[in-house]
Amino acid sequence: MKHLTARRFLAVIFLLALLLLASGIIGLVLGPSSLSLADVVTGLSEHEGVAADIVWRIRVPRIALAALVGACLSVAGVVFQALLRNPLADPFILGVSGGAALGGIAMLSLGGLLGLGYAAVPPAAFAGAVLTTVLLYLVAGVHGRVSPANLLLTGVVFNAFASAAIVFLASAAGLTEGARIFLWLVGNLSAARLDVAPWLVVFLLVGFTTAVAFSRSLNVLALGDEAAEQLGVPVARQQRILLLATSLMVGAAVSVAGLVGFVGLIIPHLLRLILGPDHRLLVPAAALAGAAFLVACDTAARTLLGGRELPVGAITAIVGGPLFLVLLRRQHLQVLAR
Amino acid sequence: MSLSIRAVEVALGVRPVLRGVSLEVAPAEVVALVGPNGAGKTTLLRVASRALSPDAGEVCFGGRPLDRWSRRALARAIAVVPQDTGTPFPFRAGELVVMGRVPHQPLVGFERKQDVDHALLALERMGIAHLADRSVFQLSGGERQLVAFARALAQEPKLLLLDEPTAFLDLRHRVRVLSVVRAFAAEGGSALVVSHDLNLAARVCDRLVVLQEGAIVASGAPEEVMTAELLGDVYGAEVDILTAPGGRPVAVPKAI
Repeated sequence: MKHLTARRFLAVIFLLALLLLASGIIGLVLGPSSLSLADVVTGLSEHEGVAADIVWRIRVPRIALAALVGACLSVAGVVFQALLRNPLADPFILGVSGGAALGGIAMLSLGGLLGLGYAAVPPAAFAGAVLTTVLLYLVAGVHGRVSPANLLLTGVVFNAFASAAIVFLASAAGLTEGARIFLWLVGNLSAARLDVAPWLVVFLLVGFTTAVAFSRSLNVLALGDEAAEQLGVPVARQQRILLLATSLMVGAAVSVAGLVGFVGLIIPHLLRLILGPDHRLLVPAAALAGAAFLVACDTAARTLLGGRELPVGAITAIVGGPLFLVLLRRQHLQVLAR
Repeated sequence: MSLSIRAVEVALGVRPVLRGVSLEVAPAEVVALVGPNGAGKTTLLRVASRALSPDAGEVCFGGRPLDRWSRRALARAIAVVPQDTGTPFPFRAGELVVMGRVPHQPLVGFERKQDVDHALLALERMGIAHLADRSVFQLSGGERQLVAFARALAQEPKLLLLDEPTAFLDLRHRVRVLSVVRAFAAEGGSALVVSHDLNLAARVCDRLVVLQEGAIVASGAPEEVMTAELLGDVYGAEVDILTAPGGRPVAVPKAI
């Protein structure tokens, strides 16, 4: 009988860590100003000079933020798919992203009036995410168990509401702000600042640790709430904790990078296809693979057009859309057709 | 340890589903719960597993009320085989069976050797060891039911609660499931089995309990309970009662 062993676990994690390292190195080398691998090594070991400036001031922060955001979104995708027992769930499905976007964009378009700069956008977005999470609890989780159907419906409705409000704000805002809002909605790391990284690390650690600690419960939840409870899992409590930790993690990622799509959908599916659905392996694997994927996509976003940058969300969607359709054709997703 | 359900009442919305049901299941005893659709059989099973708490009355296992058991301890004592055995993700059959070990395992970590051994044993007892590495998406409804049953066995419970365990099974697998239930009782375990198959229930269970509109209308040895009058009253269907070799009753519909 095949089952997850420590050896298989470590082998997979090691390989994915190598993948992340490789995409990080490629990200360090590639960019508008060409650096050789040797330049990068010199730059990394020095504190001054052109190479050191480019490496430390521009590329390392970008790569770090892309890796953090990618890990957050991908782990959140795994957790939401398991919690909602729905392989189509993604980090944005519960409306947390809509709330974050609304918060961030409200600050983008109205912040000028209050004399607040661009730096106030991530906190405002995060506040939006937190408020949405509270709303989710109030609406969907009043009695003991949280019903997946209620959560999904609440999320869909809230996302629709947030989109409408965003369109309203974007129309009211001027042309420049409108362009920024657009970048936000597509998902973009070019405006992200490194000083938000510690916050991102905190929320990633909280979300990731919770998901790892409850990863066996996530497996058992696939049997249904009642069956999971009958196996001794305190379903209602763990659902609440996971929902909270994961929503905060998504909120943090969205407030930094906007709505970077497909990472949280495609990476969990791809990994499940290759590694199987055991969440004890899937959660850490998703963190590493999600990070590697977004670092690679962001490198492409920085380099494809030479000097001009593409929003990274455009790359993830261009890569992710077709890839998802290919995966969908595999029997792996046959459950959706039932 | 025995299960005792005392004067349990449940209403779903305003509709009363169980109206003062009392029932004992002793160690080594197999009790069948039969009755027409909507009689409250599945609800009673959910009450017995603590999935549903009754509006009135009490359910005890081993003399202790269910809500005073810790979740994990209860999961080591009572296992449920549900009707719905679908999963959204393509777990292997063996992975699903080893989930029965969750209440015995530390909260985090990989499967220990004894967990894998228990899962293998359970798969063998159900005759599905060859399906262990097959994805559930490739299994039929009947095979999934056998997997769910194997998971319940891997749980090493004292009491099995079975909701239509043979609904999707062919004759060979029905016989297999019921012989496993008997073997489980011979080792001192007890089982409460919801079934629509009166004849199979009569063949294999020590006692038949007939539920109608949320109340028990008959309880006793199969040959006492399965009479043409009672079945006519409860199901509104005319039957003849024959006697199978061994003395157990068999109900067959009167010629239509």
